[in-house]
Amino acid sequence: MPILRTLLASGLLLVLGGAALTVATDGFQAFTSETARRLAVRRDPPLVPAVLLETQSGARLNLADLRGRWVLVDFVYTRCLSWCLALGGEFAQLQDQLDAPLAEDKLVLLSISFDPAHDTPAELSAYQERFRSRGHGWIAARPMSDEGSRQLLRTFGVTVVPDGMGGYVHNAAIHVVDPQGRLVRILDSGNTQTVAQTVRDDIER
Amino acid sequence: MIAHWPRLAPSTAAVLFAALLLPPARAWLEGRMSLQMLVQIPLLIGTGCLLGGALPPRIAAGIARWNHHGITSLVLATLAGMFWMLPRSLDAAVSEPWMAFAKFTSVPLLIGLPLGLGWPRMGFVVRGVFLLELIATFFRLGWLYLVSPVRLCNNYLLDDQQRSGMAMLVIGGLVLAGVAIKLVWGRFDRQ
Repeated sequence: MPILRTLLASGLLLVLGGAALTVATDGFQAFTSETARRLAVRRDPPLVPAVLLETQSGARLNLADLRGRWVLVDFVYTRCLSWCLALGGEFAQLQDQLDAPLAEDKLVLLSISFDPAHDTPAELSAYQERFRSRGHGWIAARPMSDEGSRQLLRTFGVTVVPDGMGGYVHNAAIHVVDPQGRLVRILDSGNTQTVAQTVRDDIER
Repeated sequence: MIAHWPRLAPSTAAVLFAALLLPPARAWLEGRMSLQMLVQIPLLIGTGCLLGGALPPRIAAGIARWNHHGITSLVLATLAGMFWMLPRSLDAAVSEPWMAFAKFTSVPLLIGLPLGLGWPRMGFVVRGVFLLELIATFFRLGWLYLVSPVRLCNNYLLDDQQRSGMAMLVIGGLVLAGVAIKLVWGRFDRQ
């Protein structure tokens, strides 16, 4: 009976295919890789690698040394004229809104450049100046090796694409790292109120 | 149509597949969302279709016993097609080697091959369902890609995404026009 066999085969394929699609979309929650990386981080927070950075003042900083504090991380390149402008302004605003935990050294804001060849300490410092950095609690830094840079982008799930006009496009967001050095949350940029509230809740929990 | 030149089919499929695997071809076709989605993947489906015509008759006959009117083919191709329509899959196929491998194997074998085997067995109604589903999908996704203000793939730019959406609307329109012309002026052979 070809009809019955066809029904049987099709039914089996539907069950298997449905299961495969369920797995592939995290239970029909994540259709894009951006949603998927946010879900994955919530479910299974990855440990941030101990990468050596150079800060806007020229000092060396190992990411692992920031453990014990909450860290808000964003990825930027200082020549950027679109998203990072928003992100830079946002970090300056967060300096105000999260003034208390920053002053108590419970929290650090960290902008990491994915364009280390161009973003020297002087450029990073100028970048912060442009947003009138309040001077405390916000570090801008570049990875000291290409390997470190790759490790960071990989762990944080940041994809950088040339925009065809000499700049880059990337999935901009604010990444929350907990005192154990785990990436626990990825937040949309563009709404400092929400980010500040979420971080305050996380710190007090 | 494929069945008319079964002897050439496997070598054509092999050449096409090898060409698509060449690193410069991959870099070019995967550099843009529109090219990956609307050129590379359709060509991979094409290689699988060609293989369908090249299967030994005994195996083809064995499969046909489970493939009444090509319905099993249609179910398999649709499910695999849905997977490769996820923006997430397109994204991962560019950044993850194992997903690239999955694309180059599953698209020909789970979409192209079933369609190649099933299409000649599909009657008017099944083909109609398939084409309607295809047209609707192109319109729905094309619209989504055209109007979405956010990037659906981290590896591709927004203007590329909008171009892909526009192209999908055009392709959907062309298939629809083709079906309409066939309905009005075409001949239908009863199966």
